[in-house]
Amino acid sequence: MSEYGMLIDYEYCTGCRTCEVACKQEYGRPAGKVGGVEVTEYIHTLPNGKLFITNIPTFTRACVFCAGRVKQGLEPACVKHCMANILTFGKIEDLHDKIPKKRKAILWTKG
Amino acid sequence: MKEDGVKIIKTTTWSPGPGCHGGCGILVHVKDDKVIKVEGDPDHPWNQGRLCSRCLSMTQYMYHKDRLRKPLKRIGERGQGKFEEISWDEAFDLIEQKMKKIREDHGPESVIFHQGTGRDIGGWISMLAYAYGSPNWMFGLSGISCYTPRLMMMSITQGDFAVVDASQWHEKRYDDPEYKIPETVTIWGQNLPATCPDGFFGHWYIDLMKRGTEVLVIDPRCTWIASRAKLWLQLRPGTDAALALGFIHVMIKEDLINMAFVERWTNSPFLVRTDQEKKRLLRESDLIKNGLDTNFIAHDPVSDSFVVWDSDHQTYKKKNITPSMEGDFTLALADGSTATAKTVWTLYKENAEQYTPEAVSKITWVPADKIRKAARIYAKSQPSALHWGLPIDTIPSTVPTSQAINHLWCLTGNLDNPGGNAIARYAYDVVTYPYHSGGAILSLPPEVMDKRIGIHDYGAIKDFRAWAQPDKVLEQISSDDPYPIKGMWIQTANPIACTGMEPKKWRDAIKKLDFTVCVDLFMTPTAMLCDVILPAATFLEKDSLKAWWVPLQAIKRVVEVDDCKSDIEINLELCKRFMKDFPYDNTQELFDTLLKSAGITYQELTDNTWMIPPKGHPSKPYFRYEKGLLRQDKKPGFRTPSGKIELYSSWLEKWELEPLPYHEEPPYSPVSTPDLFADYPLILCTGRRMGPFFHSEHRQIPWLREQQRDPVLEIHPDTAEKYGIAHGEKVCVENWLGKITVKALVTPVIHPDIVMAEHGWWFPEKEGKEPNLFGVWDVNVNQLIPMGHEGKAGLGAPIKSMLCKVYKAKG
Repeated sequence: MSEYGMLIDYEYCTGCRTCEVACKQEYGRPAGKVGGVEVTEYIHTLPNGKLFITNIPTFTRACVFCAGRVKQGLEPACVKHCMANILTFGKIEDLHDKIPKKRKAILWTKG
Repeated sequence: MKEDGVKIIKTTTWSPGPGCHGGCGILVHVKDDKVIKVEGDPDHPWNQGRLCSRCLSMTQYMYHKDRLRKPLKRIGERGQGKFEEISWDEAFDLIEQKMKKIREDHGPESVIFHQGTGRDIGGWISMLAYAYGSPNWMFGLSGISCYTPRLMMMSITQGDFAVVDASQWHEKRYDDPEYKIPETVTIWGQNLPATCPDGFFGHWYIDLMKRGTEVLVIDPRCTWIASRAKLWLQLRPGTDAALALGFIHVMIKEDLINMAFVERWTNSPFLVRTDQEKKRLLRESDLIKNGLDTNFIAHDPVSDSFVVWDSDHQTYKKKNITPSMEGDFTLALADGSTATAKTVWTLYKENAEQYTPEAVSKITWVPADKIRKAARIYAKSQPSALHWGLPIDTIPSTVPTSQAINHLWCLTGNLDNPGGNAIARYAYDVVTYPYHSGGAILSLPPEVMDKRIGIHDYGAIKDFRAWAQPDKVLEQISSDDPYPIKGMWIQTANPIACTGMEPKKWRDAIKKLDFTVCVDLFMTPTAMLCDVILPAATFLEKDSLKAWWVPLQAIKRVVEVDDCKSDIEINLELCKRFMKDFPYDNTQELFDTLLKSAGITYQELTDNTWMIPPKGHPSKPYFRYEKGLLRQDKKPGFRTPSGKIELYSSWLEKWELEPLPYHEEPPYSPVSTPDLFADYPLILCTGRRMGPFFHSEHRQIPWLREQQRDPVLEIHPDTAEKYGIAHGEKVCVENWLGKITVKALVTPVIHPDIVMAEHGWWFPEKEGKEPNLFGVWDVNVNQLIPMGHEGKAGLGAPIKSMLCKVYKAKG
């Protein structure tokens, strides 16, 4: 069986945290505890003095890559609702072709 | 119906619920008459399957333990928090009896119908006010400082509203062959990913950026999008007009104006009389006896004579002329005297002369070279779109500020072009959010409307929109002059926590009245002060429709929650009680009436869920001014008095305001009040958007509140260090009007001389009865912002440009 992965085109992650709530709704997870994903904001002052804001969604131990939804042919809840469309879920070999050109990205994997 | 007993229903978001201005297509999962999940509809062109955290939390919102589920009647003193549940019949009877008594004793105008942002409910509040007989329908934000000033200015400048074309008029969106991706979008004062403002989906800009759009950002804060901008201008709050005039100065000096567009479509060749103290557009009536006051004058350089622009026929009275764009003229008038005049364009250039990048830099704090670069980027990009935000409304100088910014797309021809600023009309001309009195279901006779508060103070309030002027209303509640106010109907509004500046004055005003009703979904600091509270339904529990701007969409009742009733049904029931022979029996009839211009019934709309106007419809772009699709007479041109884009505004002239844009200092600033600035050395900006919350809503929704527990004040690290403030510490924010205590968010995104406070905070989990009122007085920043500082047109207020000091809180 092929490995699945989540490609994160995080240069366009705006930090809206929709993914967090999409996950909480899907699994009825409680507030006050982390769900399957958490977004972290970094405010960097670059060497040239320019401010730059980067957001990174981190998939936690609670994330199951929405196995149940995927079995039904649906996208994971966070992927479906991401307001900036930065998440792509699929087989790792398919994701390779989708890695964005000219900007940094993250690939999370799960065997 | 799926096998597991789950029904999936397609509908549209609006309000109450996510709080925003909605428009997202959703799939609602229902099991046993209960909503169990809400998802984005992938087939809907607006959100294309996406959905934000506020909508994804709808189940927590609808079924919240604190949600109001039955009408409440006050049994203790006002603010004591003692209420008893009553039936709808009892509630309607009580309201009918109390409000009819006020009407008999004091006249219908003595009840104020007070709304917040309104969404699909504002129009029904006007219907209720008019059925009752009161002209005093009001949005309570000081200076009506939310979109109305910009809408008014667009309406009088180019006859229509315009918004960025992010392909929302096309079903295929960005792939539609008619559409062009903007080369640049200038985002002026809005943190778009955190908000979906005014009929717009914020993340469309991310879609555009991925497709190659560059952004130019004008904002006192370094937002996420500002950090990715080609250029970010960090301006001083309230100086936007100067910056726009600086752009115009550079565009004129560097020949970056689209002169072909300006000559053909604006009133730039019209003559303005210059020999009197007050300049004035010359009219045909000045030159010719029996000439019309609505026709204007230009100069024909070939015959060196003056020609009349016939506004009715949209043509010069002399054929084939190309009028002079510039010049100084002497004319003989009908009364035998002579006058001197200049063209609008000559005056326009003279007006812009003073706004050199260096002069503007001093006003705005933006370096001169950045102003030059930004003006070039804006003017040279093809197409170039400009998105503006609320800060343009929340200053007393909102009129000249909106005007100057509106002119940018008029001077570059980026109006109703693909990927520019498209003229935005309600889809199929269906009015679901009446921005003009013509959109209301009912109307009142002129002698009653003449009692509307504020219309004798401000021409713009009288002529543009049917709302009473809120600063004048508050004054009148206290003075009883010229007539007493005795009651208030509050719906979609929380003035104590959100829309009211100097909210303690609003508290006193509400408590002074004989009878008050509040319609809401949760107990709020405002509802706590009222006599009757009615529980409203969310958008998933009601039938409604949306046409702001596009598509035309149905909102469908999916489930019911206890005794909650839709705002529309509440208002309809009371309309029948207040007005003899009220002409509508049910909501379907009301919706069918609104839908007449679309030629469909509400049933047909719900069958389709959403509809986008076809090509050639007046509510669909592009270039409608060329095709005669904007004016009633079907002639090319605009819906303005002259039919031209009025760079020199005849409406402002009529209201005795400056017809050309200019910079005006905020009333409290380092420049206008240096003495106060010595004591309050930081500029207090407020109201930047918070992703999980919309204004004062959602503080009780667990999945949203966990994203932010407490209100914060953004303060720059250098400033924090100067005042000995550490990140996360409690700080007092104080000025001569009041004080709040919030947590310091030490961040470099804010300018060192500016602090940013959040608005709309209260704590649903804290004690609600007075004096505590859910902790609102500890944190509501509006206590530091005055009422009664509306601009010269009755619009705009200093909400984002006050002064304050900040210090560490004790204990």
